[in-house]
Amino acid sequence: MLILRLRAYIALIVLVIVFAVLSPSFLTTGNLVILTKQVAINAILGIGMTFVILGGGIDLSVGSIVGLCGMVAGWLISDGLVLPMFGVSVFFTVWIVMLLTTLVGIAVGAINGLIVTRFGVTPFIATLGTLYVARGAALLLSGGATFPNLVGYPSLRNTGFPALGAGSLLGLPHPIWVMIVLAAVGAFVARMTPFGRQVYAIGGNERAAALAGVRVARVKLLTYLISGFCAAVVGLIITSQLAAAHPATGNTFELNAIAVVVLGGTSLTGGRGTIGGTIIGAFVIGVLFNGMVLLGVSEFWQTVIKGAVIVVAVIVDQLQQRMQQAALAKAPA
Amino acid sequence: MGTPAARAERSPVPVLRAERVTKRYPGTLALDGVDFNVYPGAVNVLIGENGAGKSTLMKLLAGVERPTSGRLLLRGEPVQLESPRDALRHGIAIIYQELNLFPNLSVAENVFMARERTSRAGTVRHAEQEDVVRSLMARLEQDIHPATLVDDLRIGQQQLVEIARALAQDVSVLIMDEPTSALSTAEAEILLRLIGDLTAQGVAVIYISHKLDECLRIGDHFTVLRDGKLVAEAPAEEVTLDWIVEMMAGRSQASLFPRSVHEIGAPLLEVTELSLPRPHGGGFLVERVSFTLRAGEIVGVYGLMGAGRTELLECLFGMQPFASGTVRIGGRELRAHSITERIRAGLAFVTEDRQRLGLVQSLSVAQNITLASLGALRRGPVLSRPREREKVGAMMRSLAIKVANAEQPVTALSGGNQQKVVIARSLLTEPRVLMMDEPTRGIDIGAKSDVFRIMCHLAREGVAVLFVSSELKEVVAMADRALVMARGRITADLAREQITESALASAAVASC
Repeated sequence: MLILRLRAYIALIVLVIVFAVLSPSFLTTGNLVILTKQVAINAILGIGMTFVILGGGIDLSVGSIVGLCGMVAGWLISDGLVLPMFGVSVFFTVWIVMLLTTLVGIAVGAINGLIVTRFGVTPFIATLGTLYVARGAALLLSGGATFPNLVGYPSLRNTGFPALGAGSLLGLPHPIWVMIVLAAVGAFVARMTPFGRQVYAIGGNERAAALAGVRVARVKLLTYLISGFCAAVVGLIITSQLAAAHPATGNTFELNAIAVVVLGGTSLTGGRGTIGGTIIGAFVIGVLFNGMVLLGVSEFWQTVIKGAVIVVAVIVDQLQQRMQQAALAKAPA
Repeated sequence: MGTPAARAERSPVPVLRAERVTKRYPGTLALDGVDFNVYPGAVNVLIGENGAGKSTLMKLLAGVERPTSGRLLLRGEPVQLESPRDALRHGIAIIYQELNLFPNLSVAENVFMARERTSRAGTVRHAEQEDVVRSLMARLEQDIHPATLVDDLRIGQQQLVEIARALAQDVSVLIMDEPTSALSTAEAEILLRLIGDLTAQGVAVIYISHKLDECLRIGDHFTVLRDGKLVAEAPAEEVTLDWIVEMMAGRSQASLFPRSVHEIGAPLLEVTELSLPRPHGGGFLVERVSFTLRAGEIVGVYGLMGAGRTELLECLFGMQPFASGTVRIGGRELRAHSITERIRAGLAFVTEDRQRLGLVQSLSVAQNITLASLGALRRGPVLSRPREREKVGAMMRSLAIKVANAEQPVTALSGGNQQKVVIARSLLTEPRVLMMDEPTRGIDIGAKSDVFRIMCHLAREGVAVLFVSSELKEVVAMADRALVMARGRITADLAREQITESALASAAVASC
């Protein structure tokens, strides 16, 4: 039982040992930093996704929000906010750009949440819709082109954007710090606040939660806002790393995000799971990929293996739940 | 049915027999070494209070569940029923209390679900199925076209479709669990006549009903269960209403129902002209209901199934957005149909359906208890664990919730303790009015007594308690005042000294 419960950690440790033995470059500082930077992207998206899935929903639009927010940031830095009626463009400092971009992500999350809670559309369909709409909006912003070279203009004092993706603090790259902070805050909110408890309750039994006075619509809406916010942060990080915004950025990221959440032991039907599990899940996927690249496993096989790992993880999850229930049924009154 | 002489001629050998069957669920012993005989060509009536184990026994006979120990004998041979399909192959069919129909399919498709008449090519022969259903409907004296969607039928007609489904197969044992609860009087008459036809053909009917007069009218053999045990078995000749009541209740009532002297105070909840239209038009589920609840008063709401009692509580709790009329608590009118607001105003509601509407199965006992009062357990933006533990501990002690550790999953608890968890959640919100819908359904006798004790305790503290019950004895023993509902209306408002079983029962069938 204990082995089953700690399976994600065990899987991660086993993977690290295997790759460390097979590839001498795996445990080098350089490789670990690269690895963690990759992990950060999935982990941050996964944090938002965990809240949505815990509450019984799903958010397919995060990849598109990543793309849209990247484009919004690129546009604000290279073209500024164009106000045709006044014939001027307004440029903002990088901090304001980042703030506005995250607001765009939150706004898309709000649209998702409102479609789900106000109009009763199933989350799968609602966020599938916004997946397309947000991707289309990203393409429309530039007519499909890339915003290149986002270093800003010294004369307009909006330089410094690439530092978010490329810079580091105390030896750790900024994206890793962002992941750590968001994971800590996310885990705290999930475990220690009434909101977090209510998310778990809604995912477990929505009608019972409503009858206990939980404002179900409001809580669910908030989970989509969080997911939108996390996606916007990822959009900023990627755009900053590349110092360029491309409208196709973030394509299929939603699937990676769902994968790390599920791998981390969160039930897709809601109500069960943790932020910590999601972070571990992101590391498992990240280590697996990184290791396979170092070992020269073909890209095609990497995809096959990723899919297999996800399915096996869920099967193990089901086994554990069945064993738990069996143990409960055996216990006498 | 039939004359006593005809009855005596029938073979005394049971067609189906349960021997020493025991069924244990996590946390409860639903059946404890029960013997049950089912005689062919007779109506075998099974009687017992809620939670006595009737439905569990039927699930074993219908192959839905396997007994923990004991065995079933069919025509003298031991038989293992692995699934409802398996039971059906042996000629045992069941009509459930809850409807198990597919509303999106036609009557004929429902009747032949999973046993479709097919051609050699494997396609469904709709015309043939509809012919069969047409003749079944004629037997049931219903003018229902076989191609009608079940969703378009009234609830009583749906119940008859469920019965037709059982009739469409060649059965030797037909189990009916509260078949008339959703039927009109005329429809019930048709059904009772049909049961007479079936037994004349040699079918063994197992009949479960809370309507004792119905049971006495058609029953040939009576079996009474109490607390999962067989308490009595007798042929119809020896059975009277008094006998049934005595066997069902068993123990002395005084120990089960604590009575306390509590002072009745000022009016607390005032309901005027509360109405709730039926969702698809055509009348009301709750019609122009007015009453007042005073502080420290325990009021029982009695009525038959479908009388609108649950809907009344739902309206009061803000769950029905189309309800009209006014609800005042302590003089303040509650306008918004919002559960959260009503809880804040001092209302609490313990639902009848613990599993679907009460518990969050994935949360622990403690988390379930605090779910409705998380706001009060906050320190700043954070849930205070020590305060949560303290509140949960106090609640568990005062309601005698038996669990080793409050961090355990709530599903590990017995039905009675689960019910107390739901009650504890309501009490933590410090309600001024506590509404409980069938608070003792499906829980053991000890927990029942605890629930009543809690009600008295709350009343002494000035809480107004409104409880819905289908058990006459509960209402008689516990209520300071009783409201009786029939067809959405209040048909009687009885003061303490006026509450008798007969007064309640006659008001429940009053036609307004």
